Amino acid sequence: MKYALLMYSVEKSWAEADEATREQVYAAHGRFSELLRERDAERGGEELALSNTATTVRVRDGEPLLTDGPYAETAEQLGGFYLVEARDLDEALEFARQLATVEDIIEVRPVVEHPAA
Amino acid sequence: MSVVEAAYREHRGPLLATLVAELRSFDLAEEALQDAFAAATGQWPGEGVPRRPAAWLLSVARRRAADRRRREETLTRYLPLLITSPGQASERDDSLALLFACCHPALGRESRVALTLRFVAGLTVPEIARLFLVPDATMAARITRAKQKIRTAGIPLRFPSPQDLPERLTGVLSVLYLLFTEGYRSYRDELAAEAIRLVRLLPGAPETTSLLALMLLQHSRRHSRRRDGRLVLLADQDRTGWNALEIAEALTLLAVDAPDGPYRLQALIAARHAVAERAEDTDWAAIAALYAQLEAVTGSPVVRLNRAVAVGESEGPEAALRLLDGLDARLPRNHHLPAARGEMLRRLGDAEAAREQFERAAELAPTDTERDFLIKKAG
Repeated sequence: MKYALLMYSVEKSWAEADEATREQVYAAHGRFSELLRERDAERGGEELALSNTATTVRVRDGEPLLTDGPYAETAEQLGGFYLVEARDLDEALEFARQLATVEDIIEVRPVVEHPAA
Repeated sequence: MSVVEAAYREHRGPLLATLVAELRSFDLAEEALQDAFAAATGQWPGEGVPRRPAAWLLSVARRRAADRRRREETLTRYLPLLITSPGQASERDDSLALLFACCHPALGRESRVALTLRFVAGLTVPEIARLFLVPDATMAARITRAKQKIRTAGIPLRFPSPQDLPERLTGVLSVLYLLFTEGYRSYRDELAAEAIRLVRLLPGAPETTSLLALMLLQHSRRHSRRRDGRLVLLADQDRTGWNALEIAEALTLLAVDAPDGPYRLQALIAARHAVAERAEDTDWAAIAALYAQLEAVTGSPVVRLNRAVAVGESEGPEAALRLLDGLDARLPRNHHLPAARGEMLRRLGDAEAAREQFERAAELAPTDTERDFLIKKAG
Protein backbone atom coordinates (compact mmCIF):
# COMPACT_ATOMS: atom_id res chain seq x y z
CA MET A 1 0.00 0.00 0.00
CA LYS A 2 1.03 3.56 -0.57
CA TYR A 3 0.96 6.09 2.27
CA ALA A 4 1.64 9.82 2.52
CA LEU A 5 3.63 10.87 5.56
CA LEU A 6 2.58 14.49 6.08
CA MET A 7 4.99 16.47 8.23
CA TYR A 8 3.69 19.26 10.41
CA SER A 9 6.05 21.52 12.33
CA VAL A 10 6.03 24.72 14.29
CA GLU A 11 7.09 26.98 11.43
CA LYS A 12 8.49 29.72 13.57
CA SER A 13 11.26 27.55 14.94
CA TRP A 14 12.25 26.42 11.43
CA ALA A 15 12.17 30.00 10.10
CA GLU A 16 14.42 31.12 12.93
CA ALA A 17 16.74 28.10 12.91
CA ASP A 18 20.44 28.81 12.44
CA GLU A 19 22.57 27.27 9.72
CA ALA A 20 23.93 24.46 11.91
CA THR A 21 20.44 23.39 12.99
CA ARG A 22 19.22 23.37 9.40
CA GLU A 23 22.14 21.25 8.32
CA GLN A 24 21.37 18.75 11.06
CA VAL A 25 17.74 18.51 10.02
CA TYR A 26 18.63 18.06 6.35
CA ALA A 27 21.16 15.39 7.28
CA ALA A 28 18.45 13.57 9.26
CA HIS A 29 16.15 13.69 6.23
CA GLY A 30 19.00 12.34 4.12
CA ARG A 31 19.34 9.37 6.46
CA PHE A 32 15.59 8.83 6.41
CA SER A 33 15.55 8.80 2.58
CA GLU A 34 18.43 6.36 2.66
CA LEU A 35 16.42 4.05 4.97
CA LEU A 36 13.46 4.23 2.59
CA ARG A 37 15.65 3.40 -0.40
CA GLU A 38 17.17 0.42 1.39
CA ARG A 39 13.65 -0.90 2.01
CA ASP A 40 12.60 -0.06 -1.54
CA ALA A 41 9.88 2.12 -0.03
CA GLU A 42 10.63 5.58 -1.40
CA ARG A 43 8.00 6.81 -3.83
CA GLY A 44 8.59 10.56 -3.70
CA GLY A 45 8.32 13.56 -1.44
CA GLU A 46 9.04 17.27 -1.25
CA GLU A 47 9.83 20.03 1.16
CA LEU A 48 7.37 22.92 0.99
CA ALA A 49 8.30 26.59 1.31
CA LEU A 50 7.02 28.42 4.39
CA SER A 51 3.27 28.93 4.60
CA ASN A 52 3.58 32.73 4.41
CA THR A 53 4.42 32.18 0.74
CA ALA A 54 1.16 30.28 0.17
CA THR A 55 -1.80 31.60 -1.79
CA THR A 56 -5.22 30.08 -1.15
CA VAL A 57 -7.91 29.93 -3.81
CA ARG A 58 -11.62 29.46 -3.11
CA VAL A 59 -14.74 30.06 -5.07
CA ARG A 60 -17.17 32.58 -3.55
CA ASP A 61 -20.45 33.29 -5.32
CA GLY A 62 -19.07 31.71 -8.46
CA GLU A 63 -15.94 33.89 -8.42
CA PRO A 64 -12.48 32.66 -7.52
CA LEU A 65 -11.30 34.41 -4.39
CA LEU A 66 -7.61 34.58 -3.58
CA THR A 67 -6.20 35.07 -0.13
CA ASP A 68 -2.63 35.57 0.93
CA GLY A 69 -1.49 32.78 3.22
CA PRO A 70 -2.29 29.15 4.02
CA TYR A 71 -5.75 27.60 4.25
CA ALA A 72 -5.57 27.35 8.06
CA GLU A 73 -3.57 29.73 10.23
CA THR A 74 -2.18 27.40 12.87
CA ALA A 75 1.15 27.28 14.64
CA GLU A 76 1.94 23.93 13.06
CA GLN A 77 1.96 23.97 9.30
CA LEU A 78 2.39 21.32 6.64
CA GLY A 79 6.06 21.59 5.81
CA GLY A 80 6.56 18.66 3.48
CA PHE A 81 5.67 15.06 2.76
CA TYR A 82 7.00 11.69 1.77
CA LEU A 83 5.22 9.08 -0.27
CA VAL A 84 6.14 5.60 0.88
CA GLU A 85 5.28 2.07 -0.10
CA ALA A 86 4.58 -0.15 2.92
CA ARG A 87 3.12 -3.61 3.30
CA ASP A 88 0.60 -2.36 5.86
CA LEU A 89 -0.08 0.37 8.40
CA ASP A 90 2.36 -1.15 10.89
CA GLU A 91 5.25 -0.67 8.49
CA ALA A 92 4.08 2.83 7.56
CA LEU A 93 3.93 3.68 11.29
CA GLU A 94 7.43 2.35 11.73
CA PHE A 95 8.61 4.87 9.10
CA ALA A 96 6.53 7.60 10.73
CA ARG A 97 8.10 6.93 14.12
CA GLN A 98 11.54 7.35 12.58
CA LEU A 99 10.48 10.60 10.97
CA ALA A 100 8.93 11.86 14.20
CA THR A 101 12.43 12.13 15.66
CA VAL A 102 13.08 14.87 13.07
CA GLU A 103 9.73 16.64 12.64
CA ASP A 104 7.12 17.54 15.27
CA ILE A 105 4.04 15.74 13.99
CA ILE A 106 3.59 13.09 11.33
CA GLU A 107 0.18 12.34 9.92
CA VAL A 108 -0.02 9.00 8.13
CA ARG A 109 -2.62 8.93 5.36
CA PRO A 110 -3.28 6.01 3.07
CA VAL A 111 -3.18 6.97 -0.60
CA VAL A 112 -6.24 6.00 -2.62
CA GLU A 113 -5.07 3.87 -5.49
CA HIS A 114 -7.34 3.85 -8.46
CA PRO A 115 -7.32 0.75 -10.59
CA ALA A 116 -5.94 1.26 -14.06
CA ALA A 117 -8.89 1.63 -16.41
CA MET B 1 -30.52 -24.53 24.36
CA SER B 2 -30.82 -25.97 20.85
CA VAL B 3 -27.88 -27.76 19.24
CA VAL B 4 -27.42 -24.91 16.80
CA GLU B 5 -27.39 -22.36 19.62
CA ALA B 6 -24.84 -24.47 21.46
CA ALA B 7 -22.69 -24.69 18.32
CA TYR B 8 -23.06 -20.93 17.87
CA ARG B 9 -21.76 -20.23 21.36
CA GLU B 10 -18.89 -22.65 21.08
CA HIS B 11 -17.66 -22.11 17.53
CA ARG B 12 -18.74 -18.67 16.38
CA GLY B 13 -15.67 -16.77 17.56
CA PRO B 14 -12.97 -19.09 16.20
CA LEU B 15 -14.90 -19.68 12.94
CA LEU B 16 -15.31 -15.97 12.37
CA ALA B 17 -11.60 -15.43 12.95
CA THR B 18 -10.74 -18.17 10.45
CA LEU B 19 -13.13 -16.77 7.86
CA VAL B 20 -11.97 -13.17 8.25
CA ALA B 21 -8.39 -14.34 7.76
CA GLU B 22 -9.27 -16.45 4.72
CA LEU B 23 -11.72 -14.12 3.02
CA ARG B 24 -9.88 -10.96 4.07
CA SER B 25 -13.16 -9.16 4.60
CA PHE B 26 -15.10 -8.58 7.83
CA ASP B 27 -18.40 -8.13 6.06
CA LEU B 28 -18.17 -11.18 3.86
CA ALA B 29 -17.03 -13.34 6.79
CA GLU B 30 -19.94 -12.19 8.95
CA GLU B 31 -22.50 -12.76 6.22
CA ALA B 32 -21.15 -16.16 5.21
CA LEU B 33 -21.12 -17.39 8.79
CA GLN B 34 -24.63 -16.09 9.31
CA ASP B 35 -25.65 -18.08 6.21
CA ALA B 36 -23.98 -21.20 7.58
CA PHE B 37 -25.81 -20.98 10.92
CA ALA B 38 -29.07 -20.35 9.08
CA ALA B 39 -28.43 -23.50 7.04
CA ALA B 40 -27.71 -25.43 10.23
CA THR B 41 -30.98 -24.25 11.77
CA GLY B 42 -32.78 -25.60 8.70
CA GLN B 43 -30.94 -28.90 8.37
CA TRP B 44 -29.71 -30.18 11.72
CA PRO B 45 -33.07 -30.72 13.42
CA GLY B 46 -34.24 -32.94 10.53
CA GLU B 47 -31.05 -34.57 9.29
CA GLY B 48 -29.15 -34.78 12.54
CA VAL B 49 -26.10 -32.91 13.78
CA PRO B 50 -23.00 -33.56 11.64
CA ARG B 51 -20.18 -35.46 13.27
CA ARG B 52 -17.90 -32.41 13.23
CA PRO B 53 -20.20 -29.38 13.50
CA ALA B 54 -17.43 -26.75 13.27
CA ALA B 55 -15.99 -28.27 10.09
CA TRP B 56 -19.49 -28.52 8.61
CA LEU B 57 -20.20 -24.86 9.39
CA LEU B 58 -16.84 -23.75 7.99
CA SER B 59 -17.29 -25.52 4.69
CA VAL B 60 -20.84 -24.21 4.25
CA ALA B 61 -19.67 -20.69 5.08
CA ARG B 62 -16.85 -20.97 2.53
CA ARG B 63 -19.28 -22.05 -0.19
CA ARG B 64 -21.72 -19.27 0.67
CA ALA B 65 -18.89 -16.72 0.67
CA ALA B 66 -17.84 -17.87 -2.79
CA ASP B 67 -21.45 -17.49 -4.00
CA ARG B 68 -21.75 -14.05 -2.52
CA ARG B 69 -18.43 -12.97 -3.95
CA ARG B 70 -19.46 -14.11 -7.43
CA ARG B 71 -22.73 -12.22 -7.16
CA GLU B 72 -21.09 -9.07 -5.89
CA GLU B 73 -17.91 -9.33 -7.90
CA THR B 74 -18.35 -6.07 -9.76
CA LEU B 75 -19.09 -4.25 -6.53
CA THR B 76 -16.17 -5.53 -4.54
CA ARG B 77 -13.50 -5.75 -7.21
CA TYR B 78 -11.98 -2.40 -6.32
CA LEU B 79 -12.41 -2.48 -2.57
CA PRO B 80 -9.20 -2.95 -0.64
CA LEU B 81 -8.94 -6.29 1.15
CA LEU B 82 -7.60 -6.86 4.63
CA ILE B 83 -3.88 -7.46 4.75
CA THR B 84 -3.09 -10.90 6.13
CA SER B 85 0.05 -12.94 6.49
CA PRO B 86 0.22 -15.85 4.10
CA GLY B 87 0.51 -19.28 5.66
CA GLN B 88 -1.08 -18.32 8.95
CA ALA B 89 -2.58 -21.66 9.75
CA SER B 90 -4.02 -22.47 13.13
CA GLU B 91 -7.28 -21.29 14.57
CA ARG B 92 -5.39 -19.77 17.48
CA ASP B 93 -3.21 -17.70 15.13
CA ASP B 94 -6.28 -16.41 13.30
CA SER B 95 -8.00 -15.45 16.54
CA LEU B 96 -4.89 -13.70 17.79
CA ALA B 97 -4.36 -11.83 14.52
CA LEU B 98 -7.97 -10.65 14.63
CA LEU B 99 -7.62 -9.63 18.27
CA PHE B 100 -4.49 -7.57 17.57
CA ALA B 101 -6.17 -5.91 14.57
CA CYS B 102 -9.28 -5.01 16.60
CA CYS B 103 -7.12 -3.56 19.39
CA HIS B 104 -4.79 -1.63 17.07
CA PRO B 105 -3.62 1.70 18.56
CA ALA B 106 -4.55 3.46 15.31
CA LEU B 107 -8.19 2.91 16.32
CA GLY B 108 -9.92 4.96 18.99
CA ARG B 109 -10.41 3.30 22.35
CA GLU B 110 -14.18 2.97 21.98
CA SER B 111 -13.77 1.44 18.54
CA ARG B 112 -11.27 -1.09 19.85
CA VAL B 113 -13.64 -2.31 22.51
CA ALA B 114 -16.61 -2.40 20.14
CA LEU B 115 -14.70 -4.30 17.43
CA THR B 116 -13.33 -6.81 19.91
CA LEU B 117 -16.79 -7.47 21.32
CA ARG B 118 -18.23 -7.83 17.82
CA PHE B 119 -15.60 -9.88 16.04
CA VAL B 120 -13.61 -11.64 18.72
CA ALA B 121 -16.25 -12.21 21.39
CA GLY B 122 -19.06 -12.51 18.83
CA LEU B 123 -21.64 -10.23 20.46
CA THR B 124 -24.37 -8.75 18.27
CA VAL B 125 -24.51 -5.02 17.61
CA PRO B 126 -27.62 -4.50 19.81
CA GLU B 127 -25.92 -6.39 22.66
CA ILE B 128 -22.87 -4.13 22.44
CA ALA B 129 -25.06 -1.04 22.20
CA ARG B 130 -26.90 -2.05 25.38
CA LEU B 131 -23.61 -2.62 27.19
CA PHE B 132 -22.46 0.93 26.40
CA LEU B 133 -25.90 2.52 26.76
CA VAL B 134 -25.96 3.95 23.24
CA PRO B 135 -28.62 3.50 20.53
CA ASP B 136 -28.15 0.52 18.18
CA ALA B 137 -27.66 2.83 15.19
CA THR B 138 -24.86 4.71 16.94
CA MET B 139 -23.03 1.48 17.73
CA ALA B 140 -23.60 0.11 14.21
CA ALA B 141 -22.15 3.31 12.73
CA ARG B 142 -19.16 3.16 15.08
CA ILE B 143 -18.39 -0.42 14.10
CA THR B 144 -18.81 0.31 10.39
CA ARG B 145 -16.42 3.26 10.62
CA ALA B 146 -13.87 1.17 12.47
CA LYS B 147 -14.07 -1.65 9.91
CA GLN B 148 -13.59 0.91 7.18
CA LYS B 149 -10.52 2.31 8.85
CA ILE B 150 -9.00 -1.16 9.24
CA ARG B 151 -9.51 -1.83 5.56
CA THR B 152 -8.61 1.53 4.10
CA ALA B 153 -5.70 2.40 6.36
CA GLY B 154 -4.20 -1.06 5.97
CA ILE B 155 -4.29 -2.18 9.61
CA PRO B 156 -2.93 -5.70 9.20
CA LEU B 157 -4.53 -8.88 10.37
CA ARG B 158 -1.43 -10.44 11.81
CA PHE B 159 0.61 -10.91 14.93
CA PRO B 160 2.69 -7.77 15.61
CA SER B 161 6.42 -7.66 14.96
CA PRO B 162 8.70 -8.33 17.95
CA GLN B 163 9.57 -4.64 18.41
CA ASP B 164 5.89 -3.64 18.42
CA LEU B 165 4.72 -6.52 20.59
CA PRO B 166 5.18 -5.13 24.13
CA GLU B 167 3.22 -1.94 23.40
CA ARG B 168 0.56 -3.77 21.41
CA LEU B 169 0.16 -6.43 24.09
CA THR B 170 -0.45 -3.75 26.72
CA GLY B 171 -3.22 -2.33 24.53
CA VAL B 172 -4.83 -5.74 24.06
CA LEU B 173 -4.72 -6.47 27.80
CA SER B 174 -6.49 -3.23 28.64
CA VAL B 175 -9.26 -3.96 26.12
CA LEU B 176 -9.67 -7.48 27.47
CA TYR B 177 -9.79 -6.26 31.05
CA LEU B 178 -12.43 -3.74 30.09
CA LEU B 179 -14.38 -6.51 28.39
CA PHE B 180 -14.09 -8.57 31.56
CA THR B 181 -15.17 -5.75 33.87
CA GLU B 182 -18.12 -4.96 31.59
CA GLY B 183 -19.17 -8.59 31.90
CA TYR B 184 -18.57 -8.59 35.65
CA ARG B 185 -20.43 -5.31 36.23
CA SER B 186 -23.47 -6.41 34.24
CA TYR B 187 -23.48 -9.99 35.62
CA ARG B 188 -22.84 -11.45 32.18
CA ASP B 189 -20.69 -14.37 33.22
CA GLU B 190 -20.27 -15.64 29.66
CA LEU B 191 -18.69 -12.32 28.62
CA ALA B 192 -16.29 -12.47 31.55
CA ALA B 193 -15.51 -16.10 30.61
CA GLU B 194 -14.83 -15.04 27.01
CA ALA B 195 -12.33 -12.42 28.21
CA ILE B 196 -10.59 -15.15 30.20
CA ARG B 197 -10.50 -17.43 27.14
CA LEU B 198 -8.88 -14.66 25.08
CA VAL B 199 -6.24 -13.83 27.69
CA ARG B 200 -5.32 -17.52 27.67
CA LEU B 201 -4.60 -17.29 23.92
CA LEU B 202 -2.02 -14.53 24.39
CA PRO B 203 1.68 -15.27 24.59
CA GLY B 204 2.86 -15.57 28.18
CA ALA B 205 4.26 -12.32 29.56
CA PRO B 206 4.27 -11.33 33.25
CA GLU B 207 1.39 -8.85 32.97
CA THR B 208 -0.65 -11.30 30.86
CA THR B 209 -0.28 -13.97 33.53
CA SER B 210 -1.16 -11.50 36.28
CA LEU B 211 -4.24 -10.30 34.42
CA LEU B 212 -5.37 -13.89 33.96
CA ALA B 213 -4.97 -14.49 37.70
CA LEU B 214 -6.90 -11.31 38.51
CA MET B 215 -9.76 -12.28 36.22
CA LEU B 216 -9.91 -15.83 37.58
CA LEU B 217 -10.07 -14.58 41.16
CA GLN B 218 -12.92 -12.16 40.44
CA HIS B 219 -14.72 -14.67 38.24
CA SER B 220 -14.44 -17.36 40.95
CA ARG B 221 -16.99 -15.43 43.06
CA ARG B 222 -19.66 -15.24 40.38
CA HIS B 223 -22.12 -17.63 42.05
CA SER B 224 -21.88 -15.90 45.45
CA ARG B 225 -21.94 -12.23 44.51
CA ARG B 226 -25.64 -12.13 43.73
CA ARG B 227 -28.62 -13.50 45.61
CA ASP B 228 -32.22 -13.11 44.38
CA GLY B 229 -31.05 -10.50 41.89
CA ARG B 230 -29.41 -8.42 44.65
CA LEU B 231 -25.77 -7.54 45.09
CA VAL B 232 -24.00 -9.37 47.93
CA LEU B 233 -20.98 -7.55 49.41
CA LEU B 234 -17.69 -9.42 49.62
CA ALA B 235 -17.89 -9.66 53.41
CA ASP B 236 -21.35 -11.26 53.23
CA GLN B 237 -20.69 -13.74 50.42
CA ASP B 238 -20.94 -17.49 50.94
CA ARG B 239 -17.29 -18.35 50.46
CA THR B 240 -17.97 -22.04 49.98
CA GLY B 241 -19.61 -20.99 46.68
CA TRP B 242 -16.33 -19.59 45.33
CA ASN B 243 -14.78 -21.71 42.61
CA ALA B 244 -11.82 -23.42 44.29
CA LEU B 245 -10.25 -24.65 41.04
CA GLU B 246 -10.08 -21.16 39.60
CA ILE B 247 -8.67 -19.76 42.84
CA ALA B 248 -6.04 -22.52 42.91
CA GLU B 249 -5.02 -21.79 39.32
CA ALA B 250 -4.76 -18.07 40.03
CA LEU B 251 -2.65 -18.61 43.13
CA THR B 252 -0.30 -20.85 41.13
CA LEU B 253 0.00 -18.18 38.45
CA LEU B 254 0.89 -15.60 41.08
CA ALA B 255 3.46 -17.79 42.85
CA VAL B 256 6.32 -16.67 40.61
CA ASP B 257 8.78 -13.82 40.76
CA ALA B 258 7.44 -11.04 38.61
CA PRO B 259 7.56 -7.26 38.55
CA ASP B 260 4.79 -5.64 40.58
CA GLY B 261 2.79 -4.16 37.71
CA PRO B 262 -0.78 -2.89 38.18
CA TYR B 263 -2.46 -6.19 37.24
CA ARG B 264 -0.23 -8.21 39.52
CA LEU B 265 -0.84 -5.93 42.49
CA GLN B 266 -4.60 -6.05 41.94
CA ALA B 267 -4.42 -9.84 41.61
CA LEU B 268 -2.41 -10.10 44.85
CA ILE B 269 -5.09 -8.06 46.61
CA ALA B 270 -7.85 -10.30 45.23
CA ALA B 271 -5.78 -13.32 46.30
CA ARG B 272 -5.66 -12.08 49.91
CA HIS B 273 -9.46 -12.05 49.92
CA ALA B 274 -9.60 -15.45 48.23
CA VAL B 275 -7.49 -17.18 50.87
CA ALA B 276 -9.42 -15.80 53.84
CA GLU B 277 -11.73 -18.58 54.99
CA ARG B 278 -14.10 -16.13 56.69
CA ALA B 279 -14.42 -12.39 56.11
CA GLU B 280 -12.99 -11.72 59.58
CA ASP B 281 -9.85 -13.72 58.68
CA THR B 282 -8.92 -11.19 55.96
CA ASP B 283 -5.36 -9.87 56.28
CA TRP B 284 -6.26 -6.18 55.93
CA ALA B 285 -2.78 -4.96 56.81
CA ALA B 286 -1.32 -6.86 53.85
CA ILE B 287 -4.10 -5.59 51.60
CA ALA B 288 -3.53 -1.99 52.74
CA ALA B 289 0.18 -2.35 51.98
CA LEU B 290 -0.59 -3.70 48.48
CA TYR B 291 -2.96 -0.80 47.84
CA ALA B 292 -0.21 1.61 48.91
CA GLN B 293 2.07 0.02 46.30
CA LEU B 294 -0.68 0.14 43.69
CA GLU B 295 -1.31 3.80 44.46
CA ALA B 296 2.38 4.54 43.98
CA VAL B 297 2.34 2.78 40.57
CA THR B 298 -0.93 4.23 39.24
CA GLY B 299 -1.41 7.50 41.14
CA SER B 300 -5.14 6.77 40.94
CA PRO B 301 -7.51 8.47 43.42
CA VAL B 302 -9.84 5.44 43.23
CA VAL B 303 -6.97 3.24 44.43
CA ARG B 304 -6.37 5.66 47.30
CA LEU B 305 -10.03 5.39 48.26
CA ASN B 306 -9.78 1.58 48.33
CA ARG B 307 -6.57 1.83 50.30
CA ALA B 308 -8.32 4.03 52.86
CA VAL B 309 -11.06 1.41 53.29
CA ALA B 310 -8.42 -1.29 53.87
CA VAL B 311 -6.58 0.95 56.34
CA GLY B 312 -9.90 1.51 58.12
CA GLU B 313 -10.05 -2.24 58.70
CA SER B 314 -6.43 -2.69 59.73
CA GLU B 315 -5.64 0.53 61.63
CA GLY B 316 -9.00 2.06 62.42
CA PRO B 317 -11.28 4.84 61.21
CA GLU B 318 -9.08 7.84 62.08
CA ALA B 319 -6.24 6.64 59.85
CA ALA B 320 -8.75 5.97 57.05
CA LEU B 321 -10.26 9.46 57.32
CA ARG B 322 -6.81 11.01 57.03
CA LEU B 323 -6.26 9.13 53.75
CA LEU B 324 -9.63 10.28 52.44
CA ASP B 325 -8.76 13.93 53.04
CA GLY B 326 -8.10 15.81 49.85
CA LEU B 327 -9.81 13.26 47.60
CA ASP B 328 -12.98 15.32 47.09
CA ALA B 329 -11.43 17.53 44.45
CA ARG B 330 -10.21 14.50 42.50
CA LEU B 331 -13.38 12.40 42.87
CA PRO B 332 -16.15 15.01 43.03
CA ARG B 333 -18.95 12.77 41.70
CA ASN B 334 -17.90 9.42 43.18
CA HIS B 335 -20.49 8.15 45.67
CA HIS B 336 -18.06 5.66 47.19
CA LEU B 337 -16.07 8.53 48.74
CA PRO B 338 -18.84 9.97 51.01
CA ALA B 339 -20.04 6.39 51.65
CA ALA B 340 -16.58 5.38 52.92
CA ARG B 341 -16.28 8.55 54.97
CA GLY B 342 -19.75 8.00 56.44
CA GLU B 343 -18.83 4.46 57.45
CA MET B 344 -15.67 5.64 59.23
CA LEU B 345 -17.57 8.43 61.03
CA ARG B 346 -20.22 5.93 62.10
CA ARG B 347 -17.54 3.74 63.63
CA LEU B 348 -16.20 6.76 65.52
CA GLY B 349 -19.70 7.22 66.95
CA ASP B 350 -20.44 10.51 65.14
CA ALA B 351 -23.92 9.53 63.95
CA GLU B 352 -24.90 13.01 62.77
CA ALA B 353 -21.83 13.55 60.52
CA ALA B 354 -22.14 9.96 59.23
CA ARG B 355 -25.75 10.53 58.22
CA GLU B 356 -24.80 13.64 56.25
CA GLN B 357 -22.19 11.68 54.34
CA PHE B 358 -24.55 8.78 53.54
CA GLU B 359 -27.15 11.25 52.29
CA ARG B 360 -24.57 12.88 50.05
CA ALA B 361 -23.55 9.41 48.79
CA ALA B 362 -27.18 8.50 48.07
CA GLU B 363 -27.53 11.66 45.97
CA LEU B 364 -24.56 10.62 43.84
CA ALA B 365 -25.37 6.89 43.59
CA PRO B 366 -25.67 5.79 39.95
CA THR B 367 -28.14 2.92 40.44
CA ASP B 368 -31.37 2.52 42.42
CA THR B 369 -30.00 -0.54 44.23
CA GLU B 370 -27.06 1.42 45.57
CA ARG B 371 -29.17 4.45 46.39
CA ASP B 372 -31.62 2.37 48.44
CA PHE B 373 -28.70 0.73 50.21
CA LEU B 374 -27.22 4.12 51.15
CA ILE B 375 -30.53 5.68 52.20
CA LYS B 376 -30.98 2.77 54.59
CA LYS B 377 -27.51 3.45 56.01
CA ALA B 378 -28.33 7.13 56.48
CA GLY B 379 -31.31 5.96 58.52
